Amino acid sequence: MIAVTRRYRFPAAHVLRSVVFSDAENERVYGNCANPAGHGHDYGLEVTLAGPVDARSGAIFPIDRLDALVRERVLDRLSHHLLNDDVWFRVAVPTAENIAIAIERELRAAVGAESRARVVRVRLLETRRNFFACGEAEA
Amino acid sequence: MVRLTRAVDFAASLRYWRPDLSEPENRALFGRFASQHGHNYRLEVTVQGEPDPATGMVMDLKELKAVIEREITARFDHHDLNRDTSFFEKVPPTPEHFARVIHELLRTALGDQLYGVRLRQDEDLWVDVVGEDAE
Repeated sequence: MIAVTRRYRFPAAHVLRSVVFSDAENERVYGNCANPAGHGHDYGLEVTLAGPVDARSGAIFPIDRLDALVRERVLDRLSHHLLNDDVWFRVAVPTAENIAIAIERELRAAVGAESRARVVRVRLLETRRNFFACGEAEA
Repeated sequence: MVRLTRAVDFAASLRYWRPDLSEPENRALFGRFASQHGHNYRLEVTVQGEPDPATGMVMDLKELKAVIEREITARFDHHDLNRDTSFFEKVPPTPEHFARVIHELLRTALGDQLYGVRLRQDEDLWVDVVGEDAE
């Protein structure tokens, strides 16, 4: 298996409160992450692609194209925004798990629409201590 | 089964270039990567196995270090990937191709003990080659 991983960063704010919980329940479940005023992180984003190495370019997927797709589909959308305002999180709480899942879905569709390369993993680094990975790749 | 990883840093120059194409074709295909440039590569080599009952080691790190030095650092560190090696006469030294070359060299030297390699071109781009690299 050969896979290429590209890393990005974006700062964003969020509030962890679910509509299915009361205020007291939200504060119990999410602790200080439920602060209605919000808080933020410098998110790290690692996008891993697998697939055949293109005979012409020598690449699994053109890096400049990946950068453009990630910028258009993810960074322009989330960077310097309050994540709760995004339609991705109208229902889903913008936990790192749900952010990673939304990004993985978006990029899997975008890359798959124009290439044989596959997005096999998205890893979201919320802080230096907390990482969240999703996708078909094992690690 | 235990996996152990040894990392090594080396620096090399390169350009993406296919000798079968003209200069304008290379420039059109590879853009700024067709110009001479360089990277501080970091290579992570992972071997796997059961620890030897006597030594408690999967592999002697001194031995692994010597293999990486002989197969990788001696060949590539402070060299030009296009001019000083024969690996990139037909394919450009993209991180994908370079990682495959390294994987092949270490596979030959280490056999089934090799689990895989991670070649970091810089902090924001790396390639993993693990197991049989069929594609």
